Amino acid sequence: MLSHDILIVGGGLAGLAAALESDPNLKVAVISKVHPLRSHSVAAQGGINAPLGNHPDGADDSWEKHTFDTIKGSDYLADQSAAELMCRSAASAIYELEHMGVPFSRFPGRVIAQRPFGGAGFPRTCYAADRTGQVILHTQFEQSLKKNVKFYDEWLVTDLLIHNDRCLGVVAYDLKSGEILPLKARAVIFATGGYGRVFLRSTNAFINLGSGLGMAYRAGVPLKDMEFVQFHPTSMFGKNILITEGARGEGGYLLNNQGKRFMEDYAPSAMELAPRDIVARAIQTEIDNGRGFEDQYVHLDLRHLGKEKIDKRLPSIRDICINFGGFSPIEAPIPIQPAQHYSMGGIDVDETCASPVPGFFAAGECACISVHGANRLGGNSLLDAVVFGSIVGKTASEYVKGSQEFPDSESYILQKSLNRKQELEDKAKQDSGENVFQLLNRLKAFMSDKVGIFRNQKDLSEALEQIAQLRQDFKKSYIRSSCLRYCQEFVTFSEFDSMLDIAEVITLGALNRTETRGSHFRTDFDKRNDAEWLKHTLMTQKEAKPEINYREVEIGKYQPVERKY
Amino acid sequence: MKYIFKILRYDPEKDEKPHFQEFIHEPCPADTVMEAMKDIRDQQDPTLSFRYSCREAICGSCAVVINGHTTLACLQSVAALGTTEIVIEPLPNLEIQKDLYVDMDPFWEALEKIEPYIHNEGEVPENGHEIDEAEMDKIYQFISCILCACCYSACPVASRDGRYLGPAALAKLYRLVQDPRDQRDYTSWRQVNAEDGVWGCDTVFKCNDVCPKEVRPADGILALRRKIFVSELKHIFKRKP
Repeated sequence: MLSHDILIVGGGLAGLAAALESDPNLKVAVISKVHPLRSHSVAAQGGINAPLGNHPDGADDSWEKHTFDTIKGSDYLADQSAAELMCRSAASAIYELEHMGVPFSRFPGRVIAQRPFGGAGFPRTCYAADRTGQVILHTQFEQSLKKNVKFYDEWLVTDLLIHNDRCLGVVAYDLKSGEILPLKARAVIFATGGYGRVFLRSTNAFINLGSGLGMAYRAGVPLKDMEFVQFHPTSMFGKNILITEGARGEGGYLLNNQGKRFMEDYAPSAMELAPRDIVARAIQTEIDNGRGFEDQYVHLDLRHLGKEKIDKRLPSIRDICINFGGFSPIEAPIPIQPAQHYSMGGIDVDETCASPVPGFFAAGECACISVHGANRLGGNSLLDAVVFGSIVGKTASEYVKGSQEFPDSESYILQKSLNRKQELEDKAKQDSGENVFQLLNRLKAFMSDKVGIFRNQKDLSEALEQIAQLRQDFKKSYIRSSCLRYCQEFVTFSEFDSMLDIAEVITLGALNRTETRGSHFRTDFDKRNDAEWLKHTLMTQKEAKPEINYREVEIGKYQPVERKY
Repeated sequence: MKYIFKILRYDPEKDEKPHFQEFIHEPCPADTVMEAMKDIRDQQDPTLSFRYSCREAICGSCAVVINGHTTLACLQSVAALGTTEIVIEPLPNLEIQKDLYVDMDPFWEALEKIEPYIHNEGEVPENGHEIDEAEMDKIYQFISCILCACCYSACPVASRDGRYLGPAALAKLYRLVQDPRDQRDYTSWRQVNAEDGVWGCDTVFKCNDVCPKEVRPADGILALRRKIFVSELKHIFKRKP
C-alpha cells in the first residue's frame, strides 16, 4: 500500500508552501487532481499584502496596522490573535518568496513595488504586475523540484479516512490509470482551495468544485463560518473573469449609467477602495435600482490611467479584455458585475492549522482559522496561503515525529477504497439516469440566484428545498463512461456529492445567522448584532445531518465598532 | 448559428487508433472553444475527456490544435475562427492517452533537466534583495510563460528528436540565468551547449508563432547561444597558461 508520513492534498500556494516547509527527513508527497501549476492560485492577480513601507505613502505602515485593517475588514469576526500572527509573519514571508526567485515588480529604490488595495490604510500590496499568483506558484513549484518533492499529479482524492478519531489516510482516483487506490498517511494536510463553482457566477477556475471541504465534513470534521462567501466586486460581465482590485488600486473608477462615481454614496472616503463586501453590495444596489447597464453591470473605467500605466501594471487585465471581451481597456470602460470569489469559511482549524482530529490539518482557502472573519481583504489570501501553508508544514512534521504509527489501519483503508471502487463500478454499470454535469448546472443556477449577495429567509429556505431535491436526483445519476481513464465524468460525479453538502452548509448557516455581517447580508435582518452573533458557526455532520454549534470569537485589542470607510 | 465540431476521440481500452467524432452544437456568440466543448460534454456526451482549469489563459491546461493551429482552447473564440466546421485535435509530439489528453511527461522531464530554479545558497537578506526594475524588464516576457507546451508541440526539432530540450525549457533557463539573484556558474548549465540544447533550434520560430502568451522562446534560445559563446571564450582564455 502506498504510504507516506505526510500527504498534502492540493498543489496550490498553500500546498506547495506546506511541502517546502515539511521536514525533509519525512516521507512527504503532494497529491493533486491537476498538475500543480494548473491550480487556481495561478489566477491570483493583484498581489500579496505585507507592511514593507516601500511606497512613499506607506512609510508609517506596520504589522499592527495591517492587523487592525484585517480585523476591521473582517467585520470583527476574525480571531484577533490569528490575524496578528499572519500580519506579523508577512514581511519575512515576502522576503523569503523573493529569495526563492519570485519576480516582484520594483520601485525606483530597487525595492519591491507596492500598490493600494481595498480596506487598507496604507499601500501594502506587493505585486508582480497583475500576475502575482502565477509567479509565486511557478516559483514554489521550481523550489519543489529543487527539493525533490514527490508529486502525484492528476490524482483526485475521493475520501478522507478518519477512524476512531484519528486520521489514517485517503482514497484517491488516479486519472491516468483509472484505478482507485488507498494511500496511508500518518498526517494528511488539506490545501484543496475553494468551492467557487457551487455558484454559477464565479471568478474561480472550472475545477474549483470544493470537494476537499465536503470530504472533511463527511469524515466528521466541522466546517466553520461557511455562510461567509466573498463576492468580488469586479468580474467581467459575461464570463465573470476576475478583474483585479489592483485596477482600482492603480486608480480605476466605478461608474454607473449616469457616469457617476457612485461609491461616494456608499464609502465617501475610501471610495473604490472600500472592502469588497461593501463595494460588491454597492454595485449590486446600483444595478438593482436601474442605474446599471442592461440591468446587469456597471463600468470600471481605466481609460484615464493611460496606455503606459495599463501596459506596465495591468497587462493581464488588458489581455483579458482584448481576448475575452473584444475591447481594450485603454479605449473603453470594462463592464463588470460582482461574482463569487472566495470562501472565508472552511475546515475548522486552530492557529497551528490543526483540526480537532489528530493527524488531520488544513491550510489556505479550504481552511478557516479564522483570519478573514466575515470578509477578507484583497491581498490577504495569498498571504494566508503562504504563511499558514508554511505553518501547517511545520505542525504536521512535529505531529508525525511525536506520534506512533497507527497499527492495523491498512485493512480499514483498503476496505474504504474497495467501497469507493464498488460504487464507481455500480454507477458505471447503470445504463440510464441523470447526467451529473446537468445536475451541477442546476445547483449553480439556484445558488447564485438564492444564496448570493442579498439574502432573505424565503430564498434561503427555497434553496434548501432545492438542495434536498437534487440529492434525490443525484441518487439516480449514473456514469456513462466505460473507460475510467481520465474520466472527467467520474471526477465531477465524485465531487458533486461534496458540493451538495457544501451548498447545504452555506445555506443553512446563512439561514440561521439572523444578522448582517461582512459578506453575509440579510435583507430581513440588515444590522450587525454583536450581542447575539459575535460568534463562529460550526457545522458537523452527525448521522448524515448537519449539527450546528457556535463558538465565541476571540477578541484581543480591538473592540468591535461600526465599520465606516 | 450551428457549428460542426470534429473532435478527435480515442478510448485506449477499445480503439485501435484515434478517430474523429462529429458533434453539432450551437454555442453562444461569445463562447470560446473550451466553453463549447464543455457544453458538448454536458449536453451530448459526458464521456468526452480533455484538460481544463482556469478558462482564462493563465493555467496552461487546455492546449490543443484547433483547425490546424496550436493554441489554448479557452483563448480561442469560436466565432473568430470564421468557419462553421471546427476540428479539434490533441497536441502533437506527445502521446495521446485518451481523447484530447496527451502524456505531458516528456515536456516536464525536459524542464527538469535545466534545473529550473534560482540557484542561490545564501540566507534571505533581512530587508530583501535590491533589484533594478530594468533587470526585471529584461526577463519580463519569459515570466509570462505558463508552461502550456504549445511551443514544445509545435517545434519541428522536438518532433523529430525526443532528446531536444525544447523551447519552453530553454527559455526558462535564459530567464533564470539572467536573474540577478541566480548565482549558477556557467559550468553547471554548460550541458545545453549541445545539439539537444541551444544548437538544436532550427530558428524557424514556430514557438514564437504559437505562444498564446506572446512569449518569444526563440529569443531566449538565441540569447543563450550568445551567452554560451562569450562564456566559452572566457573558458578558453582561463585555460591558457
